Amino acid sequence: MTMLAARLRSCFVVLVLVAGSVIPAAAEQKAGQADITDFTLANGMQVVVIPDRRAPIVTHMVWYKVGSADEPPGKSGIAHFFEHLMFKATKTYPEGAFDKAIAAIGGSNNAFTSYDYTAFYETVPPAALGEMMAFEADRMRNLILDDKTIVTERDVILEERRARVDNDPGSLLEEEVDATLWQNQPYRIPVIGWKQEIEKLDRADALTFYDHYYRPNNAILVVAGDVDAETVRALAEKSYGKLERGPDLPPRIRPVEPEQNSRRTVTLTDARVGEPSFSTQWVVPSYHTAKPGEAEALDLLSEILGGGPRSRLYQELVVRKKIATSAGASFQGNMLDDTNFAVYAEPRDGNSVADVEAAANAEVARIATGGVTEEELDRAKDRFIRSTVFARDRQDAMANMYGATLATGGTIEDITGWPDRIAKVTADQIKTAAARYLVPDRSVTGYLLPKTQVAN
Amino acid sequence: MEAAPKPFHARLVLGVATLFLSAFFLILPALSARAAVAIQEVKSDKGVTAWLVEDYTVPIVAVRFAFDGGSTQDPPGKEGLANLMTGLFDEGAGDLDSDAFQTSLDDAGAEMSFNETRDAVYGSMRMLAERKDKAFDLLRLAVQHPRFDKAPIDRIRAQIVAGIVSGERDPDTVAARKWAEAIYGGHPYSRSGQGTKESVASLTAEDLHALHKALFARGGLHVAVVGAIDAATLKRKLDEVFGDLPAEPALQAVPDAELKLGQRLEVNYDRPQTSLQLAWPGVPRDAPEFYAAALMNEILGGGTFTSRLFKEVRDKRGLAYSISSGLMNSEHSSSLVIGTATRSDRAAETLAVIRDVVKGMAGQGPTEEELAAAKAYTVGAYAINNLDSSASIASTLVELQIEGLGIDYMQRRAGYIDAVTLDEVKAVARKLLSVDPAVMVVGPPLPDGSKG
Repeated sequence: MTMLAARLRSCFVVLVLVAGSVIPAAAEQKAGQADITDFTLANGMQVVVIPDRRAPIVTHMVWYKVGSADEPPGKSGIAHFFEHLMFKATKTYPEGAFDKAIAAIGGSNNAFTSYDYTAFYETVPPAALGEMMAFEADRMRNLILDDKTIVTERDVILEERRARVDNDPGSLLEEEVDATLWQNQPYRIPVIGWKQEIEKLDRADALTFYDHYYRPNNAILVVAGDVDAETVRALAEKSYGKLERGPDLPPRIRPVEPEQNSRRTVTLTDARVGEPSFSTQWVVPSYHTAKPGEAEALDLLSEILGGGPRSRLYQELVVRKKIATSAGASFQGNMLDDTNFAVYAEPRDGNSVADVEAAANAEVARIATGGVTEEELDRAKDRFIRSTVFARDRQDAMANMYGATLATGGTIEDITGWPDRIAKVTADQIKTAAARYLVPDRSVTGYLLPKTQVAN
Repeated sequence: MEAAPKPFHARLVLGVATLFLSAFFLILPALSARAAVAIQEVKSDKGVTAWLVEDYTVPIVAVRFAFDGGSTQDPPGKEGLANLMTGLFDEGAGDLDSDAFQTSLDDAGAEMSFNETRDAVYGSMRMLAERKDKAFDLLRLAVQHPRFDKAPIDRIRAQIVAGIVSGERDPDTVAARKWAEAIYGGHPYSRSGQGTKESVASLTAEDLHALHKALFARGGLHVAVVGAIDAATLKRKLDEVFGDLPAEPALQAVPDAELKLGQRLEVNYDRPQTSLQLAWPGVPRDAPEFYAAALMNEILGGGTFTSRLFKEVRDKRGLAYSISSGLMNSEHSSSLVIGTATRSDRAAETLAVIRDVVKGMAGQGPTEEELAAAKAYTVGAYAINNLDSSASIASTLVELQIEGLGIDYMQRRAGYIDAVTLDEVKAVARKLLSVDPAVMVVGPPLPDGSKG
């Protein structure tokens, strides 16, 4: 698992791994365990408190229910660009004052943007929680943006795009695969944005985006760590609670996929690629769009088919047939709209990509027609359930899980009830999910090839 | 439910330098005076010592250990041996072949991983407290009786070779190899821990058994355990897992490295972004000016968004997404390294800005205000950076043992930092940063005028 990822240097495969189920880490919070509290401020801001009193550390996060998939046409990258601009001067504080205050107490901070959300966080000693909230509440409404700041930070983003995408053939292919898999859904556009659109983003775009989305009624506060719910409530009322509620935002209804009826392939040949690899993707429902039990079945399917060295793909392709150096599967369940399911492998010792792909497809077909065994299912469930115990060891992981779930249309009950729902999945549901969704004629396969090799 | 898909962070504090050098990063020690971690020293009947933090909040146990002697112990021509070995501990041990071992590990609800650095071989395990007996027993087998069967050797070897082949085409990986050779010359640190295609092809089960026997001994062992286990139980487990290992390892002596600075390396590729890496002398962990150097580095380009390099290169000029400096401490070398990646058409300008910031630090040093802020950060950040989960506490405790800092180090640390004076920081800045650095440029050739 970790061992495998550490050993494989192919950018493509590693990226797929990162994008996939890093760990199906839902948190189990049965009676008597850490008490999760949630409430809503008068201005509509949701609050979740996850106590963890083991160390004098608290993780403070604000999640905005806006991501790259909410961007207006032609403005790709604005969500991520705006996230960067949140670190600039406000009416109250000069640029850098927040960073300085965090550094002065040994804290750490950052922010991230994804398709469905944008989040800002600080990890600090508990005594600083009120100060963090004051800064975070301030920049939700009081940012000042001048043209010089916009232009300089836009250069930083373009540099970030070069570092993450242009310098990495695996990332370049991933962009092209996404743009092919999604024929209509906004997930077809990269989170960081297309270069030519980033270059044109300006102050007006940023201000429009800010006014629209950075409002308490579009935000979720998640606090995990050495603090109790009543303290969080009192501090939040004094800071975030003072902010005026913004206009109601319309429901997040985006373009959805038409029926897909073709098998597509995307090939990138690049001199920087050492070993060939491929990844096949399908459109599948997410936890938010699935019928009851279907996303849980897809999650377990991904684990049994390709979740680490005990999986069918690894055992068949890597261990038994010895035709691949790596093989696996991933399911990205925490998305607001339909999501993707991927199967990937890297050939070993000159085996052709076509042969390895055929062997991987055969494993997919074997589950779609023959299903999985009860033993495989029980083991996969056990791994998922124990991951919820291990997850409780990391307060930042817990905070991320609650934030990401709530920002993609889920509820706290969705998280606390996850182990029970996983336990109920039957072998038949997994077979049905594979047969229904992992259809070769409705897929996209990406090939990452060295300059000398061509796809079959 | 899963973590988010590939989010984009606002800032990447550790940039290109970490790609090259993360394995050599010293865990910069720092600690909040408030972080009350109660560490017990547990000594087993057979003389195995571990540091234990008992905590029953979450029903898990995290184990971390290290054996002295990492990839520097690979015999000449057998580069990559320690790396291959660390891929095989969960691939069969005792009576269990690879399949049986991994099935048992899965039954035990435990996760096991090994890795090596230049100076040590590390093992980690996390387990559910209720199934710890079975998990510890598998760890005992892995540590004492690894099988090194042919099929798993060949499989893991193929994965490593695939990684080497990929690296040969990747500009930054190629550059990192050239950099290590240029900086370390004939020292073992210049060799690739991963090995070469040829060296990895030559590795045998006998080589693996010989290295295992040489390294896995009680004398070079450091252990930390965190979680739901008491001292009496741990004592028994320590003897089961480690008690029957040889008393002392058989390590090849490794000399201290003399860094070859004052040189310039261009690795030319036509690409839109250029990586820059610069190295100056560092300070050994046990040198009197270590804390002064750590504070100076923090101000120059350390772990916050307030450093001089971050402000000048990124905030003011938008020249890079990531820019940072770090003290790189290994057992036999120390250096101060700055790394960034910048648009190729302005790489010369970025390099000039970096040189200018460094010159300012070497000449005038930091201000009182900067030093006070760096001290506050360094004291406060320890708990947050090093003690935020059972696994990270265990990892931190093993590093403290390796560095010989003592079980009460966390209580003393803030005092060492507070005692550093402005003059000491200025002196160490002048001493380190006045030296002509090694500079590496990975990208299109820079214009001639910028060769300075």
